[in-house]
Amino acid sequence: MEKFQTLTSTYVPLPIENVDTDQIIPARFLKATDKEGFGNNLFADWRYNKDGSPKADFVLNNPTYNGQILVAGKNFGSGSSREHAAWAIAGYGFKAVVSSFFADIFKNNALNNGVLPVVVTPEFLTEILASVNADPKATLTIDLENQTIINNATGKSESFEINPYKKECLMKGLDDIDYLLSKKDVTEKYEANSTF
Amino acid sequence: MKTLFDKIWDAHVVSSVENGPTQLYIDRHFCHEVTSPQAFNGLRARGLKVYRPDKTTLTADHNTPTINQDQPVKDPISRNQLDTLSKNASEFGLTLYALGNKKNGVVHIIGPENGFTQPGMTIVCGDSHTSTHGAFGAIAFGIGTSEVEMVLATQCILQSRPKTMRITFNGKLGDGVTAKDLALYMISKLTTGGATGYFVEYAGEAIRNMSMEERMTLCNLSIEMGARGGLVAPDETTFAYVKGREFAPKGEEWDKALAYWETLKTDDGAKFDKELTFDAADIKPMITYGTNPGMGMAITDAIPTLDQIDEAGRISFQKSMDYMGFKPGEKVEGKQIDYVFLGSCTNGRIEDFRTFANFVKGKRKADNVVAWLVPGSHMVVDQIKAEGIDKILTDAGFELRQPGCSACLAMNDDKVPAGKYSVSTSNRNFEGRQGPGARTILAGPLVAAAAAVTGKITDPRNF
Ligand code: SF4
Repeated sequence: MEKFQTLTSTYVPLPIENVDTDQIIPARFLKATDKEGFGNNLFADWRYNKDGSPKADFVLNNPTYNGQILVAGKNFGSGSSREHAAWAIAGYGFKAVVSSFFADIFKNNALNNGVLPVVVTPEFLTEILASVNADPKATLTIDLENQTIINNATGKSESFEINPYKKECLMKGLDDIDYLLSKKDVTEKYEANSTF
Repeated sequence: MKTLFDKIWDAHVVSSVENGPTQLYIDRHFCHEVTSPQAFNGLRARGLKVYRPDKTTLTADHNTPTINQDQPVKDPISRNQLDTLSKNASEFGLTLYALGNKKNGVVHIIGPENGFTQPGMTIVCGDSHTSTHGAFGAIAFGIGTSEVEMVLATQCILQSRPKTMRITFNGKLGDGVTAKDLALYMISKLTTGGATGYFVEYAGEAIRNMSMEERMTLCNLSIEMGARGGLVAPDETTFAYVKGREFAPKGEEWDKALAYWETLKTDDGAKFDKELTFDAADIKPMITYGTNPGMGMAITDAIPTLDQIDEAGRISFQKSMDYMGFKPGEKVEGKQIDYVFLGSCTNGRIEDFRTFANFVKGKRKADNVVAWLVPGSHMVVDQIKAEGIDKILTDAGFELRQPGCSACLAMNDDKVPAGKYSVSTSNRNFEGRQGPGARTILAGPLVAAAAAVTGKITDPRNF
């Protein structure tokens, strides 16, 4: 997994609430047996017409907005457990998603793929959406070490929560499997002692 | 004093990461073709074997056709995904119930009916509706593919302990009101994110009175309000369901298991992080009108008007109305529909087919309706035939399809065309869930049956 430290970037606004994983990556794209190529189909039904041409009014097709951070309305990533959603977001080139609320499974999946979900207050979310509306070149800085997100347009910042273990994994680019494999002896002991 | 959740969780803690998640032991792991291939690739890349092959069971369900299952799957990409599952099963020495196998079916249906699912277990699957298995008093939840790889490699997973919530339903459900209606009612009150971060225990008279099938429908839908999972304390209903099933404990093992299972209840005075109470008698047959499962209402109600929606949510609300072709404030009852889907891990069990058949018996399918009746498994099919339900359905103009997830997520050919209305007993009415542009109205099996014979959104209590 790639390491995540500090990221300063322009950002893409998607002020829709309850963006579910079926929108992030529709089911018909889940037939692949590897993790590649999902970025091209990120938000496919919002992004492309039936004939595959881009829909002009969707934000990813608007050259005014770009960057490595996606800023979305509350309850982002609800629905299915498909990790393909995280692969699509990472594959497109996003390194962080900012929202006022995330669904649980999506949050885990994102973290397991080096994508940082940043939870901000609804007020901060409204403010950063206003900043990018006023100036598409507005940037955010996400400082993982200090757990802060800064709206560089206004200078306002907020701190965000992240589990200390997950933070370390992201900063060092480590994953959970390595950790669990190192615990094999403890697991065997548990199995020996358990009645069921 | 402990909650049921605490008891099961604590019994499965292997270790704890300092300032971090818990290493949780997993008793039962299910895999299907869609969320597992990349996990097996991961094992191969690391040169790992499956640590406890007897604790993982594979089935093909998401991406399978529901007709002509005896013939090779037509779509080459789907076929490749199914072949990959078979190859992974043999390479890693795992049991697979492939297409055509008598035990094949939707993962959350075959787990319980074969006795894999038991009280007190921890159960995971790369599928959010794993919450279904909580009906047996198990901690069951959906995981991502990286986590599937963790479980295959180590039989463990790293999880933060969720908060606990108890939702109590006092009193009895009215006539014509099903477990699905109860669940849609609850989700409409809590919204799709209302239980995020929580594991929910369902309690109260209405829950105690439910059959295992109904409890499964309810626990299945826990994820639709964001909950990590839902569970019901095991009782005589649970034990009677599990007893005698193929992979359930037998003889002395059964007695030992039963003695343990009887301890699996929330102690009096145990504290939950949140408690909610509803009155079952308030619940009417429900439908959804929007594009997430929280947008539900009684079938006789009107859609909220824009000023009833909080300001931040209005763009999303209007978007969803445009998608559905509905207007804020209007009634949906009486509107013409095009498709009916009975099936999925929510309502694809034998009881759902009984309910549907009871209603349509002696009536006729409406000409304007295409009905897909898809049993959740071959065992459900066999039971349908044994009870003569297939005859009732054929007489009323319906036909049965072969088991699978089908139109629940429309990965196969069972896609509702753009703009068409589908009354569906599945669990998600997201945009495009049943096919690009498809308009899904979630409902229980009775409302689906009433829609199938009238061709309209119809209150089943009017018959
Ligand atoms: S029936 Fe639907 S919700 Fe259930 S496992 Fe299949 S796709 Fe998922």
